[in-house]
Amino acid sequence: MTKAAEIAHKIRSKNAGPFWVTVDVFCGTPAAYTRLTTDLTTETVAALYHQPSQSLKRFEIPDLHVIKFSFPRPVVQGNRKDRDMHGAQWATLLAELDL
Amino acid sequence: MPTRILIPSGVLCLGFDHIALARGVANRPDLIAIDGGSTDSGPASLGAGQSKYARSVTKSEWRELMLARAEAGVPLVIGTAGTCGADACVDWMYEITVEIAAELGQSLRIARLYSGQPTARVAKAMQEGRIRRLFPAPEISAETLAQMTNIVALAGAEQIQAAINTGADIIIAGRTTDTAIIAALPLLRGDHAGGAWHGAKVAECGALCSTNPTSGVIQVDFDESGFTIEPLAEGAQCTPHSVSAHMLYENSDPFILYEPGGHLDVTKTRYQALDARRVRATGSEWVPGRYTVKLEGARHAGYQTTLISVLRDAHYVANAQTWADKLHGFLDALISKRMGIASDSYDLDFRLIGINSALGAMENRQGSPVEVGVLLIITAETQALASEIGKLANPHMLHYPLTENEELPTFAFPYSPAQSDRGALYEFGLNHVMELDDPMSAFRLEVTEVPA
Repeated sequence: MTKAAEIAHKIRSKNAGPFWVTVDVFCGTPAAYTRLTTDLTTETVAALYHQPSQSLKRFEIPDLHVIKFSFPRPVVQGNRKDRDMHGAQWATLLAELDL
Repeated sequence: MPTRILIPSGVLCLGFDHIALARGVANRPDLIAIDGGSTDSGPASLGAGQSKYARSVTKSEWRELMLARAEAGVPLVIGTAGTCGADACVDWMYEITVEIAAELGQSLRIARLYSGQPTARVAKAMQEGRIRRLFPAPEISAETLAQMTNIVALAGAEQIQAAINTGADIIIAGRTTDTAIIAALPLLRGDHAGGAWHGAKVAECGALCSTNPTSGVIQVDFDESGFTIEPLAEGAQCTPHSVSAHMLYENSDPFILYEPGGHLDVTKTRYQALDARRVRATGSEWVPGRYTVKLEGARHAGYQTTLISVLRDAHYVANAQTWADKLHGFLDALISKRMGIASDSYDLDFRLIGINSALGAMENRQGSPVEVGVLLIITAETQALASEIGKLANPHMLHYPLTENEELPTFAFPYSPAQSDRGALYEFGLNHVMELDDPMSAFRLEVTEVPA
């Protein structure tokens, strides 16, 4: 099994304002971009983040070899049940995904 | 008219390259702009109306920028002063500025732009149908608005332009969009609107759009068809990739950016490397729309007390979740028995550091940690109540056994007393925009002459 992080150049996540999280997958090469756009299906990524597929915005940016996923935070940033104020550790779930 | 804006760093207090700043001043900019905050670090700053940054660092970096301003002879603008841009933070920044001015012997015209929104104004706008929800938005009512300790509106280019037009040497702005302080002057001088907003977006995080993100200093030249961006630190480079990739950053849509009065669309932008360090972008579009300003609000959500207990014993490490679940039930019963309060008047939240404290239910990995930190977060209506529950929990966080017939275990407390009062908890309560007929109708400008 290969992990997404072994194919991508860099995978990061961050809040996009207090109500959204966004995950950027920098594929690095055309080959990695082709592979990851195929393997990282909307359903796979939505399931990883416990989101319904229709809540997940997906952007494919071939010029940058980037795939971007954005979705509403299940817990608003800083609310009592929030566990990651900046949403930056969320990327690890995608990075460690077995393809 | 071509406009040159100097951006010393992504935010005041993050530090910048001093030589690069001097180079920027020597390049004769038309304005120096720096961001003072954002919602990045959570609702506490807005809730309390306080800067999260140290006053000493703020003052020391601001002094350098005030000296740079005096040398350049152009306006210096800070947006979202004091982390959240609440009125109290504008006043805090003003006080620091006046202090430095006295120390440096500078005589200044200072404009303060206030973004704070009285509850009544927002409630009235709601009645008039001028408040629109963004997605996802918390439900709001006159009652929930009244619970907010601070509401701010994000100023756009128009309000910054009004401040520039006062002839101010220094503009201390409350909450603004990150881009507005950079885009305002090029827009005022008739430079390309799409280029002004796009260049501002790329430069608002300082050198983050370059190959040397921590060097800070960035210079943007705006003109009639686009912008050219250049990092000023030795060896730092902007590339078409580093510049175009910046639209991804902290942005849910990499092509569209909403601002007061319209949106930026970079779908058709073309990026060109002028040389090894400079990038030119053209073709960015500004699409005018209704004049709305985004609102941010924070409300009190109780008070907190925390305790940390570290489990090192292998048997307890292996059964940490069971231990926490059992202890939770035990404490609920004890609180009811000893304090006689209902379970809905407080909240106990166990976070198992080493197991799943960052990702919670989403965590899909299991490991064998050496130790587990058990963080208990208590939330209650008052600090006294949260603190009392913390004291009640204290001996059990230390000694609670997994089974009844074993010798009492004792876990590791990292400090004494084990419980810490965290003070007020705040929550963001608005994800809405407010429509305005006149951009200045929700903002207040105050101009002061400060003699040397």
